[in-house]
Parts: sequence; structure tokens; C-alpha cells
Amino acid sequence: MAIDALTLTDIDAYYGDSHVLHRVSLTLKQGELLALLGRNGAGKSTTLATVMGWLKPRPGRISVFGEQIGGLSPEAIVAKGVALVPQGRRIFPSLSVRENLIVAARGKGRWDMERVFDTFPRLRERKSQAAGSLSGGEQQMLAIGRALMSNPRVLMMDEPSEGLAPQIVAEVGRIIAGLREEGLSILLVEQNLDLAMSLANDVVILNTGRVAAFGNAADIARNQDVIDQNLGVF
Amino acid sequence: MTLRGSRFWALMSLFLIALPFALPSDYYLGIATHALVLAILALSLDILIGQGGMTSLGHAVYLGLPAYAAAWTMQNANWPPELAIPFAIAMGTAVSALFAVLSLRARGLGFLMITLALGQVMWGAAYRWVGLTGGDNGIRIPVRPPVLGIDISSVRSFYVVVALALMVALVCIWHLERSPFGACLRGTKDQPKRMNMLGHDVWSIRFLAFVFAGFWGSIAGVLYVFDYLYVSPSSLSLPQSAEALLMVVLGGAGTLTGPVVGAIIITVIKTVVSSYVDRWYSLLGLTFIIVVSVMPRGLVPGLKAWFAPKEGGAR
Repeated sequence: MAIDALTLTDIDAYYGDSHVLHRVSLTLKQGELLALLGRNGAGKSTTLATVMGWLKPRPGRISVFGEQIGGLSPEAIVAKGVALVPQGRRIFPSLSVRENLIVAARGKGRWDMERVFDTFPRLRERKSQAAGSLSGGEQQMLAIGRALMSNPRVLMMDEPSEGLAPQIVAEVGRIIAGLREEGLSILLVEQNLDLAMSLANDVVILNTGRVAAFGNAADIARNQDVIDQNLGVF
Repeated sequence: MTLRGSRFWALMSLFLIALPFALPSDYYLGIATHALVLAILALSLDILIGQGGMTSLGHAVYLGLPAYAAAWTMQNANWPPELAIPFAIAMGTAVSALFAVLSLRARGLGFLMITLALGQVMWGAAYRWVGLTGGDNGIRIPVRPPVLGIDISSVRSFYVVVALALMVALVCIWHLERSPFGACLRGTKDQPKRMNMLGHDVWSIRFLAFVFAGFWGSIAGVLYVFDYLYVSPSSLSLPQSAEALLMVVLGGAGTLTGPVVGAIIITVIKTVVSSYVDRWYSLLGLTFIIVVSVMPRGLVPGLKAWFAPKEGGAR
């Protein structure tokens, strides 16, 4: 049996006194893509923040390839091979494209600057340019490239399609599919249901901080009730 | 190296070589030497301000403390300069590591106040601990001793030493800025949390930058005491720290040329203009106000934008 890439077991998380995650459990299998869906405020980004170590999970356990990471510092968690493509890109606008990649480089592995530039040729053209001057789509490519520079074992992406033109969304989708084909384990948070369903092996749906549904992507996609109840707009 | 990069080094070398020939007398060359020593101090402070976004009001500690250490060991313990110089630099750098631990507990205004307080503690010690420091009288070195058998007693020979040190400082700081560490440091300036997300310990990056700044400040400190052959509590004082900060802001933080230009302008106002104008402090303040109102990012970036070809259309 292969070890799971990322497992959360009964995670509770709080912002101050407000209780945001209630006993959240999920499993990302090795080499697969798990889509994490839910409305605004359902706790998707909070789940990612908890994995990254910004929020301390009070009870519950988080493990990466069988290793406990709950309670570690963010830098220690990155060292275990977790990388995040944050929501809204969050690149370093005043650094050049090249520098944005350099600061994330870590370990020896498949990914280095040349390979990122091969995957995203537009970034090579603009490598000396300030990253803040890139278009939204290019910044998203840079944010993905930056996460890959750390040679992660688990890649978490927070709404990579947000605010992008449809053809760019399609390109981002192809890139994510390519990374999954390569065997990278990916946890994808998305509002774009079609994109998420087309890429995911499994799906977790959060509703007000609780797991509302978990299962195979094809099964969930067939279950219109579950989708309407937890993702539909009232 | 880019074309613009090589042009910078060629112009800087040319400027430093031409200066002794262009200036009318040793008096003015002496002032130029003072300016270049302070330029190294301003460059070291700019590692904190321009690269790291940490505004310090206590950077004179790394000028004055190594200056005292070198003067005291040579004068009172009869150490040869070959021993006193590395000792002074090591002491300044070690103190910067200690002070980094204390001041990096805070950011922004808190950081500024802690560096200011630590600076005042050092100044107070130098002023009051008369037995060690000579108090307000300071420590005087009668003649500039030869170092490694090289006679540097004349104004011209010492100018060469300082100009070389400045070039080495520029090259080292230029390399730091272009290194992955430099990119990390500039990243932590605006977005520390993003840097943390990439697996960097932000505190360690800032700590190393602080110590690097302390190291180059200490080199300026040793040159300072060899330059003036005298050290007094004013080298550690708040006005000295503020002056270094002023040099950085006036010339342009985050650039290599800015702190050098700032140091030259302020030294010229202080030494040359002050012999003709009584209220030179007012003149300094006025210059500062005009520059920051017209060119908020400092003279060097301001003039660059001024002379850059005007682009039409977007961006």
C-alpha cells in the first residue's frame, strides 16, 4: 500500500475565539489530485493555512508521507516538501522574475530555473523584468513556477484560476494536469467547478468548516443534490 | 555583467582616481577622504534600509565602537595595528550580532527606537566611563602608524587606502544584492510572510543582514580613527547616526551610488560650506527638505528618472 501524500485527521482551527474548522479530515493519495471545494468562507483557505503551519491545529494530526507536521513552523513544513501557490498570486512585485524563482529554490530534484522556463516560456522572455509588471496570467505562471522551484512532494494551489481570462484558465488547467501526470500530489482549492472536476481524482466539499462530502470526483459530479446544497448559490 | 553595470564600475574607478588630481590641495583631499569613509558607513547602513527595510537610528555604534577599540588597543595596550585592526572589526561585528538579537524583536518604529536606545547606551558609556575612554577628551593617536610596513602617514597615501576600501565595499555589497540572499532580503522587506511561505526563516535573513551591515560599518570605523587620528563620544552619538541615515535618504536608499553621493554632499556642506556659512545645520536641513520634496526616493533615483528618456503611452 502506498503511503498517502497528505492526511488531515480531525483538524480544528481557530482565528482567535472563532472556531473555523470542525474536525476536518481529508486524504490526498500519492500522485493524485484532490480538489477542495466549498463556498466563500467554507474554510478552504484556512485548511491550507493550517497545513502550512500558520494556524496551529489544536487537536488532530496532519501528516505528509506519514510524517507528522502538525505544530511545526512554516519553514520546517516547507522543508518536508510542502509548497503553496497562494491565492491572488502573492509574488514579490519588486523583485525580478528570476529573483522570484531564485528565492524559492530548494533541494535537488526535477525542477530548476531552466525547467521552469521551459514549462513557461513567457517567463524566460521576461526574466529580468520586475514581477509586478507581469500580467495576471503571467504572475500566476510565476507563482506556480516559484512553488515548483522548491521541488515539492505536495503542491497546494489556492484558486489558481481566480481572475484569469478563459483561455489562460485552460492553460493553467493543462499545466496542472501535466504536473499530476508527472506524479506530483496536488491539493487544489477551486471555485471553478468545471476546472476542478476535470482535474480531480477525489473531491472534498467543505461547508461552514465541516466536511460535507468526500468521494470520487465522478461520483460527486453525478450527485447534483450534494453540489447544489454545498456549492450552489442561494 | 551588463553594459550599465560595467559603466558604473568604470565611472566610479575613474572618479576615485581623478579626485586627487582634480582637488587643489591636500586640505581638500583630506575632506574627500572623510567623505569616502562616511560613504562606507552609509553603504553599510543602506544594507539595512534599502535592502532590508530596517531603518536604524543607532548605526554610529559600528563607527565609534571599532574606532575606540582600535585607538585604545594601539594607544593604551601598545598593540601593533596589524592586531588592533582585525580585533576592532571583530569586536564591532560581534556587538552588531548582539544588538541584532535585541533590536530584531521589533519592526518599524519599535526597531528604530531600540537601535536608538542601544546607540545612546554606547554613547553614554563612552562619555561617562572616563577611565576607559578618556570621556569627552576621547583618545588621540599621535601619528598614523604604518600598516604591514606600508607608510600611510601622508594624506595622499591614506586617500588611496580609503578609496580601495570603498571599491571593495561596493563590490561586496553589489554581489550581496545580486545574490540569492540579497533577493531574499529584499523580499522580506515588503512581504515577509510570502518569504516565510517559501520556507525561509525571516528572522535569520534579517539577522545576517544586520551583522553584514555591522561588519562594513566596523571597517568604516577603523578607517575613521586612522583618518582623524582621534575618537571621541561624538562618533557614537545620535547626531552621527542621524547623519548616516540622512546620507542614505538624501542620496537614495537601495542604490549603490546613492549613499556615496549622500555622504559626499553632507560632508561638503559640513566641512567646506560651514567655513563660510554660520548656520550650516540650517543649510543641511534645507537641502534635505528640498531634495525629499522634489525627489522623494533620493537624489540618484530622482536624477535618473529626470534624465531618463520620457516614455510615451502606457507605463
